[in-house]
Amino acid sequence: MLKIDEVVTTYGAVRALNGVSLDVEPATITAVLGANGAGKTTLLRTVNGLVRPRSGRIVYEDHDLTRTPVERVVRLGVAHVPEGRGVITELTVEENLRLGALWRRDRKQMSTSMAEVYELFPPLAERKTKSVDTLSGGERQMLAVGRALMSKPKLLLLDEPSLGLAPRITAQIMATLRTLRDEQQMTVVLVEQNARSALSVADQAIVLNLGRVVASGPAGELAADEKLRHAYLGF
Amino acid sequence: MFRFVNLALGGVSNGMIYAAVALSLVMIWRSTRIVNFAAGGMLMFTTFIGWDLVQVHNVNYWAALAVATLSGLIIGGVAERVLVRPVETGPPLNPVIVTLGLLIALEALAGMIWGNSQSHSYPPAYDFRGYTAGSHHLFFAPNDLFIVITVAAIVVLLYLLFQRTALGLRMRAAAFNPEVSRLLGVRVGRLLTLGWAVSAAVGAVAGVLAAGTSTGYVQPTGPFDALLVYGFTAAVIGGLDSPAGAVVGGLSLGLLLSWADSYIDNNIEPMYALVILVAVLMVRPNGLFARAAARRV
Repeated sequence: MLKIDEVVTTYGAVRALNGVSLDVEPATITAVLGANGAGKTTLLRTVNGLVRPRSGRIVYEDHDLTRTPVERVVRLGVAHVPEGRGVITELTVEENLRLGALWRRDRKQMSTSMAEVYELFPPLAERKTKSVDTLSGGERQMLAVGRALMSKPKLLLLDEPSLGLAPRITAQIMATLRTLRDEQQMTVVLVEQNARSALSVADQAIVLNLGRVVASGPAGELAADEKLRHAYLGF
Repeated sequence: MFRFVNLALGGVSNGMIYAAVALSLVMIWRSTRIVNFAAGGMLMFTTFIGWDLVQVHNVNYWAALAVATLSGLIIGGVAERVLVRPVETGPPLNPVIVTLGLLIALEALAGMIWGNSQSHSYPPAYDFRGYTAGSHHLFFAPNDLFIVITVAAIVVLLYLLFQRTALGLRMRAAAFNPEVSRLLGVRVGRLLTLGWAVSAAVGAVAGVLAAGTSTGYVQPTGPFDALLVYGFTAAVIGGLDSPAGAVVGGLSLGLLLSWADSYIDNNIEPMYALVILVAVLMVRPNGLFARAAARRV
């Protein structure tokens, strides 16, 4: 589904990613863990084309994403929920959702997707025409995830969806991801600092430290590795 | 009292023209945070194109207006793509300086083509002898009515474009948050070009309208520089970020200038604009229609 091979991404002299490789199977959840500055966000931004890798290759299905601009990557079925939610606060809830599916140019599809998102996140349905300014943090995260789902993605990239949310809401979001994997065969790459809740839904995980993969394997194994947990995962 | 109302009537059409120029500036400010000084030069140049067609080649007024508007679209789009885009990622002042350079270049170019010193008259769309009410002579003519309707139509069309169409939603999203918009598949670069094109087209219409008023004329510098200053004043009064503010700002400025010209002295008109601007900013530093900065969590 997604194959990341020895990717190096630099910001000036800083090597944010220093040879990262990752294989993602379809209909699985992959957690990307690590501390602040480990390169997790950069990894997602490199995959979807917001930044270009200096070397290495990224292949998604049969497409080489290494030099593909982000607007095209989206059209291949890769949706990205950016860090800090990235909902557009000046627009209404419904406008944010519509934006997620506009590139499809398919009105019927748009209304079915929207109905599905409202069913998945009922609080959004109550606030359709309200400005995003009026939403709570949890509702904004629902909106960001819902908006990504509007495009019917095959691969969903999430950047720290639990950031700043109450544990109960985080658990809800994680449960939603599990549902999407099991019922819609969606593939998810989940960047998280909250390793415990990410590992609770993930099939496999990698741990990044200073731009390198320091551990990878099935989520259960990583969660059971006490040394790793203490050194990098903080629980 | 009658004179007061009559002067207000006399200020409405100018106010609408300022509103159109202000809208053109606000559109670009909103999407790129650039104060587009070249707006004055672009609308001067497109008005000259219209003038050349009407007065030199005897083309019909409406065809000339259409060509001027179309040239506005092209000049605006090309300016964004060729001049502004390459410097946009640098320090924020760079694109502003580029627009100043473009203003001067367009003025020089117009001078080379059409001459610098002569002022040319532009025909009005309709009669500019005022209506009469009983024995009173009103400062409002069919041509003023035409100006008011035209700018009102532009305002309505822009509103519909931005609020009711998918394209407008994309344009707003790209303006508010370019990176997130790209993540959603919005082709932000194209929309910026389109935004500049539409903005310059609105300016082009304003230029032709201004040139065709009873006091208007066409010259590379002078009338259009003043129009840029008034449009900018109107935009700042309105908050620079708000299309509704641009319209209200333009109309208020039109009325206030009309009263000041008549009751005080009409030789120092730009001074009044400055006084009004300073007065508004002292009371409301962010303009009349500034919205509180959105809380970003």
